[in-house]
Amino acid sequence: MAGVRPVRAGRRLPLAWTGTIPFFAYVGLFLLLPTGIVVWNSLTDASGKLNLGSIKTLFDPAVRMYFVNSLELSAISAVVGAVFGAVIAYAVASGNPDGLVRRLATAGSGVLAQFGGVTLAFAFNAAIGPTSGFLTKASWYYDFPQGISLIYVYFQVPLMVLVFLPAVDGMKMQWREATENLGGSTWHFWRHVGGPLLAPAFLGSTLLLFANSLSAYATVQAWENQIAYVVPQQISIAITSEVGLASANEAQVLALGMVIVVAVVMVSYTLLQRRTSRWLR
Amino acid sequence: MAAVTPVGAVTPAEVEAPQPRGSMRSSRLRRLNLFRWTVFTLATLFFLLPLFAMVRFSFVGTQPGEYTISAWTQIASYPGLLDAIRITLELAVITVIVELSLLVPTMIWVRLRVQWLSRTIEFLCLLPLTIPAIVLVVGLAPVYRSVRQHVSLSPLQLFWAYVILALPYAYRALAAGLDAIDVRTLAEAARSLGASWFTVMVRVVAPNMWQALLNAMLLTTALVLGEFTIASILLYTNLQVALYQISRATLDAGVLFSTSAASLLFAFLLLLILSYVGRQRGRERR
Repeated sequence: MAGVRPVRAGRRLPLAWTGTIPFFAYVGLFLLLPTGIVVWNSLTDASGKLNLGSIKTLFDPAVRMYFVNSLELSAISAVVGAVFGAVIAYAVASGNPDGLVRRLATAGSGVLAQFGGVTLAFAFNAAIGPTSGFLTKASWYYDFPQGISLIYVYFQVPLMVLVFLPAVDGMKMQWREATENLGGSTWHFWRHVGGPLLAPAFLGSTLLLFANSLSAYATVQAWENQIAYVVPQQISIAITSEVGLASANEAQVLALGMVIVVAVVMVSYTLLQRRTSRWLR
Repeated sequence: MAAVTPVGAVTPAEVEAPQPRGSMRSSRLRRLNLFRWTVFTLATLFFLLPLFAMVRFSFVGTQPGEYTISAWTQIASYPGLLDAIRITLELAVITVIVELSLLVPTMIWVRLRVQWLSRTIEFLCLLPLTIPAIVLVVGLAPVYRSVRQHVSLSPLQLFWAYVILALPYAYRALAAGLDAIDVRTLAEAARSLGASWFTVMVRVVAPNMWQALLNAMLLTTALVLGEFTIASILLYTNLQVALYQISRATLDAGVLFSTSAASLLFAFLLLLILSYVGRQRGRERR
C-alpha cells in the first residue's frame, strides 16, 4: 500500500467518500429505513397504493384523546421544568464559574436529565405513592396530568439547566452595570434587557423539553400500566397486541402523528436557536 | 462569595430600604446570595428526596420500624433478574464496541479527506434525538419479526437499535475530542513517515483522544443500562423490562428498589469516573 502512494491517487480519483459507506449503510438500514417504513406504511393501504385514509384516523376522537393528553402532559412538564430550570441556571451562572457548586450542579444535571425510565417512577412511588409514600401518601398520585407531570418535571428541570446555562453564561455583567448606571432597577433590567435577550433561548429550550417529554415512554408506563394515557402507550398496545394488518397500521399512523408533531417542534427550535446565537456570543 | 456576605446577615429591612448609590452593588450581592442559596436548598431537596425514599424503601423490613438488607441479597436470587442484568451488561459492551468502531474511523476519515460530508454526518448522528425511540421501534418491529420467523434472535440483537440511540451522545463526545486535537497535522506527519491509514487511526489519532473515547463509552453504557422502550416492545427482557415486570406483579417488592438503587449507583459511578477523568485532563493542560 505504501508504494502506491494512495494519498495522491485519492486526489486524482475522488473515491475518498467510499470510506464513509459503512456509516451510511448502518444509519440507512437502522435509522432511515425504519422511519421510512413508518411513513410509507401509514400513507399506503395493504396493496401498496397511496391512501391518505389512515391519516383520518388521527382525527378520530379516541385517537385524538391520546394526542391531546400527550400534548397536555408535555406542555405542563415543559413549562414548569423550563421555569424552575431557568431559575436554577441563573443561580448557577451567577456564582463562581470554577466553583464546587457549579461543578456539582452541572454534573448532577447530567445524571438526573438521563434518570428517566422505570426507576424514576419507582422512586416517586416510594416518596409520595398513595400506599407506600414516605413523605406523604398523595391521593392524586395516579391522577392524569398532575401526578405524572410532577415525575416528568424531575428530569425536565435538569435538562433545562443543561441547555439553558450556556445562554445565561452569555449574559454579560456589563449589561447589568450599564442598566444600573442609567438608574434602572432589577425589574427594569429583566423587563428591558435580560428578559428580551434570553427569551429566544428560553423558548427554544422549552420546545426541546416539550419534545423530550413527548417521546418519553418508560416512565409513564411504569407509573400507570393499566390505562393508556399518552400516544407512546397506545402505540405500544397497538404494536404488541396486533393480530391483523389494521392495528399494525394504527401503530404506524400514531407514530407518523408523533413524527409530525416532533418535526414541527424541532424546526421551531432550530429557528429560535439561530436567533439566540445571533445575540449571545 | 458566600464567605464575604453570609446569608444570615441579610435582614428584610436591609433589602427593602432604599440604598445610597455607593452601596447599591453590595446590597444586590447580598440579595443574590440569599436567592442562590434558597434555590440550591430547594432544588437539592426536590432532587434528593425521591432518591432517598427509594434507597430507604430498599432497606425496609416487613414489620414497621424493622430494617433489613434482604432486598439487596434478593438481587442475586430473584428469578430472572440476574439473567436480565447479565444481558444488559453484555448489550452495553457490544453496543460500545460497535458504536466506536463505526463512528471513530468515519469521523476521523471525514475530517481528513471528505470534509464536505461533515454536515451530513452530523445531521444524521443527531437525528435520533428527534425521532422518538417509540417511532423507531414501530419501523424496526416488522424487520425483527420477519427475521424471527426464520431464526430465533437472542436479546443481544438489540444492539443494532441501541447503536442508533447512542449515536448523538457518542457523536458529540467524539466531536469534542477531535476538535481539541489537530487531526490533519497528526495524520500527515504519520503518513509521511509511512504509516498506513489503519496505523494513523489506531496508533496516532485514537491515543490523542482517549478521553473523548472514554466519554463516548460511558455515555453509551449509561444509555443501554436505562433502555426500556425498544426492549419491551420487541419483547426482550433487559434490566429495565425485568424491573417493570416485577413491578406489575408486586409494586412494593423490595427487590425493585434495591435493584433500581444499585443500577443508579452504577450510573453515578460511571459519571463520577467521567468527571474525574475530565478534571485530570484539564489540570494537565494548565
